[in-house]
Amino acid sequence: MPVTETAGTRLWKRRDRKAQLTVWAIQLGCLMVFSYCWSLVSEKTIWEFVYDAPTQAGDMASRMVPPAWDYMDKLWLAVWDTINIATLGTLMAVVLAFPIAFLAARNTTPSKVFIRPIALFIIVSSRSINSLLWALMLVTIIGPGVLAGVLAIGFRSIGFCAKLLYEAIEEIDVSQVEAVTATGATGPQILHYGIVPQILPAFAGISVFRWDINIRESTVLGLVGAGGIGLQLSASINNVAWTQVSLILLVVLGTVIVSEWVSAKVRHAII
Amino acid sequence: MNTVTTHRSWKKQPFIKSPLLRWGLVVGGAFYLALVFGTMDVNWGRVADGIPRGQRFLSSFFPPDFTSRATDIFDGILESMWITIISTVVGILLSIPVGLGAARNLSPRPVYLFSRAVLAVSRTFPEIIIALFAVKLFGFGPFAGFIALSVGTIGFYGKLLAEDIEDMDTSQAEAVKATGASWFQWLNYAVQPQVMPRMIGLGMYRLDINFRESAVVGIVGGGGIGATLLTSFDRYEFDSAAAILLVIIFIVMGVEYSSSYIRKWVQ
Amino acid sequence: MLRLVDLVKQYKTGDKALKHVNLEVPNGQVMALIGPSGAGKSTLIRCVNRLVEPTSGKIYLGDKELTSLSQGALRKARRRMGMIFQEYALVERLTVMENVLSGRLGYVPFWRSYFRKFPQSDIDEAFRLLARVGLDHMVDKRADELSGGQRQRVGICRALIQNPELLLVDEPTASLDPKTSRQIMRLICELCKERGLAAIINIHDVLLAQMFAERIVGLQLGEIVYDGPPDGLSPDVLTQIYGEEDWEATIAKVEDEDDEDEEAAVP
Repeated sequence: MPVTETAGTRLWKRRDRKAQLTVWAIQLGCLMVFSYCWSLVSEKTIWEFVYDAPTQAGDMASRMVPPAWDYMDKLWLAVWDTINIATLGTLMAVVLAFPIAFLAARNTTPSKVFIRPIALFIIVSSRSINSLLWALMLVTIIGPGVLAGVLAIGFRSIGFCAKLLYEAIEEIDVSQVEAVTATGATGPQILHYGIVPQILPAFAGISVFRWDINIRESTVLGLVGAGGIGLQLSASINNVAWTQVSLILLVVLGTVIVSEWVSAKVRHAII
Repeated sequence: MNTVTTHRSWKKQPFIKSPLLRWGLVVGGAFYLALVFGTMDVNWGRVADGIPRGQRFLSSFFPPDFTSRATDIFDGILESMWITIISTVVGILLSIPVGLGAARNLSPRPVYLFSRAVLAVSRTFPEIIIALFAVKLFGFGPFAGFIALSVGTIGFYGKLLAEDIEDMDTSQAEAVKATGASWFQWLNYAVQPQVMPRMIGLGMYRLDINFRESAVVGIVGGGGIGATLLTSFDRYEFDSAAAILLVIIFIVMGVEYSSSYIRKWVQ
Repeated sequence: MLRLVDLVKQYKTGDKALKHVNLEVPNGQVMALIGPSGAGKSTLIRCVNRLVEPTSGKIYLGDKELTSLSQGALRKARRRMGMIFQEYALVERLTVMENVLSGRLGYVPFWRSYFRKFPQSDIDEAFRLLARVGLDHMVDKRADELSGGQRQRVGICRALIQNPELLLVDEPTASLDPKTSRQIMRLICELCKERGLAAIINIHDVLLAQMFAERIVGLQLGEIVYDGPPDGLSPDVLTQIYGEEDWEATIAKVEDEDDEDEEAAVP
């Protein structure tokens, strides 16, 4: 009890002794973990570089202006590729995620024992691996290019879309499904009339949301050779062509902002 | 019994009412796809070559090879974890002032605009691009990864903090202000209790994201498990790569479950 | 005690909430402010402690002029005015004790309030006040666990622990049931008498206002249209304040007919 009575006066503390000790112990523990991690990282850091970084950054920034505007001619194709990677990847993901979500949702899966765990495993492994890691794998296997990028975005997004979608399926209104079942409808008919109409808005929302994220992610896939504007970025950095780099950064910024605006508009129109 | 029935035909109303827009979208979509596949430059021969390599990669998962690169994998994972922890802590600490600055109901106009600009820039660029520059500035190693993830955390956490503060209950805030509290006291008594529970949850969520990202900053030289993975791919050591991927999946799952558990516990 | 001179508030939208209000509240007087919604009652009360900045005019608390005070001096002045709110405006995630002690924020330095190390005299006073309103057994309950009436009692304690000279009370009964409303109004008036406090009570319930206040001020469209004793409220006057309606039933025929056992029945 935070309230104690000593010699007639009632004292009040925010926490009683045990709670206060627990709080201190947790704070101390966090501090120790943090300082241990910090010491390990600082061991591997060359501090001279870090002290020098502000000058370096200033130098880099000064060499970035003005952006090499005429390089834009060569960038249009890269931007086009980037958008295509995001769009086709999202398309592929939503097409594949749709059935997987039904197999994974507790109330629609054909078999809770066999099929649901498999569907969940697909979702988890797709989600756990960053799209850049997918791209790294795919580039090693099928070679560099836009196709690897599309597949990487697709594979990464399947899990994301399927997870959100199956959660939406599990939250549907059961009475509507019951009503359709009561008419004597078959399984696929129940799906079509009872469930799909309920999750369609969520489905559209998820797709657009993921497309927006994918635009951002597809700008970097080129760093491992999977096409898009990242390819130009890493080439320009390697050639220390800083004026090109600044232009590319501006283009990335613009693309992401425009895609955010588009996705907000579309989501607004759907809902 | 020969009643005449009139037949009224019925068709499902199309989703998009205006036929012009509807067909416009269909044709536009088809045209876009045709254009994409026309301009997409795919070397199908190279893809065909990849099929046996893909098979070899898949078969290397059964069983993956944890042993021959065990120390590399172990070191890489540990490094990723340090990066995750310190970047989450530092990122959140730094995002608090930025988030306060970016809350419209708290800050004067110039501070608000400046903070919003900081948030917008750090949110638009993917962590990996920031890491690329951090590596240029700070040299190869975990410090660059730490910088990149911290910047990403500021953008993410600062924005959500600002939104949460903007959504807070104004009457509670007004009441504490009316007692004659100073600005910091007001933050501590009126704002903090209202935003804290959600912010702890989001911190856990960000920890989860940072671990995933820490696995990739290594690809551009930012330290962590990504570097180990890149090496094994470069050497075509698919069974080690498979082992690393499995470890990543496993830890990400673990972090995700424990963070969702902590979030439930805090609520 | 409190003197408003030519007070004007014009909102950015162009609405004139207060038009040249002149008002004087002597020491220890409990005054009720009535009027339809949108008459400017809330604005008037919030102008006094400058939660809303008045457009022009002067406010004297004692011999201190409030409208020209700097932020620091304003905080000192706010300590002298306790405020009680419509929806209680307790900080919901803090305990009852922390809410009451938040009334002392203007008196203690930041570090003391941050670590909740308030002087023992403040804590004694908090216990005394909570006992006075019948809540001393609920010290460690979180504010969101309390009922409406209990919350408003905590709100009263928070205002009184400031040791104010003036109470600003904004619709104290608007979200309470009729019986609790009376209890709360009686409590406020009793406490004002005990401590010799002046009070401005915003209230839309004419009956309650007549029952408890010594003086009634009617506000309509930002102008004072009635200022006088409670029994001077005739149907004509009410029509002038609120507009045409049958007022006979609203006017109190008998003074407060409840007896004191209600007070004891409060949990």
